[in-house]
Amino acid sequence: MIVAVTGLVLILFVIGHLLGNLQIFLGPEWINGYAEKLRQLGMLLWVIRGGLLIAVLLHIYYTIRLAIENRRARPERYKRKDTVKATFASRSMVLSGLILLAFIIYHILHFTVRATDPRFNTLPLDPLNHYDIYSMMIYGFQNPLVSGFYLLSMFLLALHLSHGSSSFFQSLGLNNQKLTARLARGGRIFAWLLFLGYSSIPVAVLLGWVKLHTRS
Amino acid sequence: MNFKLKIWRQTTREAKGELKSYEIEDISPATSFLEMLDILNEQLTTKGAEPIAFDSDCREGICGICSLTINGEAHGPSHPAAACQLYMREFKEGETITVEPFRVRSFPIVKDLVINRSALDRIVQAGGFVSARTGSAPEANSILVPKHNADVAMEAAACIGCGACAAACPNASAMLFTAAKISHLALLPQGQPERSRRVLRMVRQMDEEGFGNCTNTYECEAVCPAEISASFIARMNREYAIASLRERMGE
Repeated sequence: MIVAVTGLVLILFVIGHLLGNLQIFLGPEWINGYAEKLRQLGMLLWVIRGGLLIAVLLHIYYTIRLAIENRRARPERYKRKDTVKATFASRSMVLSGLILLAFIIYHILHFTVRATDPRFNTLPLDPLNHYDIYSMMIYGFQNPLVSGFYLLSMFLLALHLSHGSSSFFQSLGLNNQKLTARLARGGRIFAWLLFLGYSSIPVAVLLGWVKLHTRS
Repeated sequence: MNFKLKIWRQTTREAKGELKSYEIEDISPATSFLEMLDILNEQLTTKGAEPIAFDSDCREGICGICSLTINGEAHGPSHPAAACQLYMREFKEGETITVEPFRVRSFPIVKDLVINRSALDRIVQAGGFVSARTGSAPEANSILVPKHNADVAMEAAACIGCGACAAACPNASAMLFTAAKISHLALLPQGQPERSRRVLRMVRQMDEEGFGNCTNTYECEAVCPAEISASFIARMNREYAIASLRERMGE
């Protein structure tokens, strides 16, 4: 139940984060303005960040604990085991989750702490001391390795959520015989839409559709 | 038909088991899987070897005692069916068939393919009694049950308690079994007085028995010989959430 609720918090975050990031297609003023608005939240931003951190930690703590319990429940493995119905996504939640954790840590170091790319700190601030998020995103994703890892992670995120988003309803008991198939389909569509949305950014940068803006 | 068999042999609960290879010839496609094992056992006994221990009783999919994992699937490749309702025509000529017991920590192996499923009985016992008037039978229509509820309760009550759900579950969870047992009484008027207490006790007993947790892979409903739907697990989660909330509020 804790896993389901914290999962929902994180799902809401990835939706919001995607909507924010897609503003890159509207130009530097939009995305930099959006980043500035977030920073203007001040204390509230830290409350949100803290809340997300707690959600992530609880989600991981309880899933790992459950996974250990689950392994203990079958000490002797089957010599041969076939799955009839369980999807690949549902059987690899721990793995996809842990790789996503590695991605999240890297992603925060990359864009929030700005620790991995020295060019970020040489980017000129605008007259009001605002960061140039637009150029940071383009610098970041012009590196095929960074974009590649990002795309892989978004694929795993979609895989994780294609099971997780409908699983949420089942775990909280908000499901019945009629809804199961619909929720599963809805969850998969939702997850792959997220993948398309998030992937569009590095792909657009790599293909040169979104370019560095020239300063006047 | 001819088959190669790899069958789990284990002398006692503590002993280390292993897959042993056997060959069997001239089996009619109409032979049931358990009959095939009977024939093999007869041949082993004639040779003076120890026959393979396996459970069976009604051999018509009602009693729920047969418990084989055949080619990696609980009750074998034919669904929905118990192992006793599986026929050799489902296999290819010359196929190698792997037979293992249900592997769940809470179902200790007694010998070879025989397991002890008392854990499931203890979950049912934890549910306790149903308050009912004893004495003469009441008038049939004095307790009204909506048709839909009666149907759904009947679907849940179809559970034969074989434990295939836990055997097939990647996490060895017995939630489908427990959910079916909780749901069929929770849906009927006769089950109302103890409704909250029943779900709390049964779920806690299930956890105490050391079963795993549900991660919603729905592998259980795919192998269930009684076609119990995993949506009963959602119902159990709902029942449990409400009951534990009431418990916390001191009801």
